[in-house]
Amino acid sequence: MLGNYLPVLIFLAVGITVGAVMIALGFVLGTRRPDSEKLSPYECGFEAFEDARMKFDVRYYLVAILFIIFDLEIAFLFPWAVVLDKIGMVGLLAMVVFLGVLVVGFIYEWKKGALEWE
Amino acid sequence: MDFINSLWELVLWIWSFQVVQILVHIVMIVLPLMLCVAYFTYAERKLIGYMQMRVGPNRVGPKGWLQPIADAVKLMFKEIILPTQANKLLFLIAPMLTLGPALAAWAVFPFSPGLVLADINAGLLYILALASVGVYGVLIAGWASNSKYAFLGAMRSAAQIISYEIAMGFALVGVLVAAGSLNLGKIVEAQSGSAGFLDWFWLPLAPLFLIYFISGVAETNRAPFDVAEGESEIVAGFHVEYSGMPFAVFFLGEYANMILISALTVIMFLGGWLSPFQGLPLLGPMFDWVPGFIWLFAKTAFVGFFFLWLRATFPRYRYDQIMRLGWKVFIPITIVWILVVGFAVVYELPWWFD
Repeated sequence: MLGNYLPVLIFLAVGITVGAVMIALGFVLGTRRPDSEKLSPYECGFEAFEDARMKFDVRYYLVAILFIIFDLEIAFLFPWAVVLDKIGMVGLLAMVVFLGVLVVGFIYEWKKGALEWE
Repeated sequence: MDFINSLWELVLWIWSFQVVQILVHIVMIVLPLMLCVAYFTYAERKLIGYMQMRVGPNRVGPKGWLQPIADAVKLMFKEIILPTQANKLLFLIAPMLTLGPALAAWAVFPFSPGLVLADINAGLLYILALASVGVYGVLIAGWASNSKYAFLGAMRSAAQIISYEIAMGFALVGVLVAAGSLNLGKIVEAQSGSAGFLDWFWLPLAPLFLIYFISGVAETNRAPFDVAEGESEIVAGFHVEYSGMPFAVFFLGEYANMILISALTVIMFLGGWLSPFQGLPLLGPMFDWVPGFIWLFAKTAFVGFFFLWLRATFPRYRYDQIMRLGWKVFIPITIVWILVVGFAVVYELPWWFD
């Protein structure tokens, strides 16, 4: 049974290897004439003012947190969806309750303005 | 002792044979895929060219047919620039992380009935997992470049990708409810019936179908959702510092992802390898001789065409519009439609869900 997953593992390795081989090929075939100007980060011709790893908008962080909640929700929905025709009405109502709780949270974050980007 | 040793060698020999066989199969998938990616870029330039009353590339080879090859060779001989302040290892790993999942997802992809490399039960879960890995390539590239444009582009792009991944995931759940299986082959089989293309899931799951495709466009950072690149404001977004082959690998990953999304849309909503005239009185038998693989390819090309068409037609969305569409439009619609489909399955309402 687990043997079915062997091709998946090998395919993952091959996928990464294809990228690695192509980049290695680029290093072998490409010219290499670096100088300090060429290797400086691109900033429209200016010297870089400060470190590029700067402060960023907290909303990106917020989106990431919301994403985790919703992605977990999807992970919960997956097994439920597969067996829905066996568990019938009880299973459906249970998931309606679960989704209802999450929708309340969703409405709250919407009203709080967590989804505003203007 | 000798006996056990030889037995062990036999096991190793058989196992290596199996691995070689798998590797051959993988090459049989990856090579045509790479060719498709190359000619997808050509098709894109040609199509957009004609849509803008130009002819597109027509110099290399007859009618420009060798253009993708020439592009590949050019990129191979370009200098690879590693910015001094960049984190070199992560800088080079990022493109591989974009391309790897885009290729590996094809492991569970059914090309015809039974013609699939790994016929696993958790096919769709695996696809969802790999789609999530793609965002790491973008984030790592933006962080490792240590450039402001790359950083800003990566932040935007990552937030956009994960937002649309939720809508995408919900759309997948809708398909699961309707099909009752995670196996991609079984999902296609669940769409077969006596009414041809009316039996496919695009009809009962129409909102999810549209949302899945549009989310796919947003996931791959394609126009009109390409603010991550936004060449007029943040030059090229997360891959501004990339050149030569690492850039080419990013590019390949993006196009391989587009083909993957098109193919998955076909599998889940457009009946995969099924003939559109299956079971119809006159047309059905007329097209019975066409192998399923041809249908799959034709449908995938059709959906892929929409990617290019969208790019030629629509202006770029503003970032707040993108986030609003993802969070405030798609997610509510998908949640409602999952419940609708759930009730339909439990009550066995229409003929799609038997």
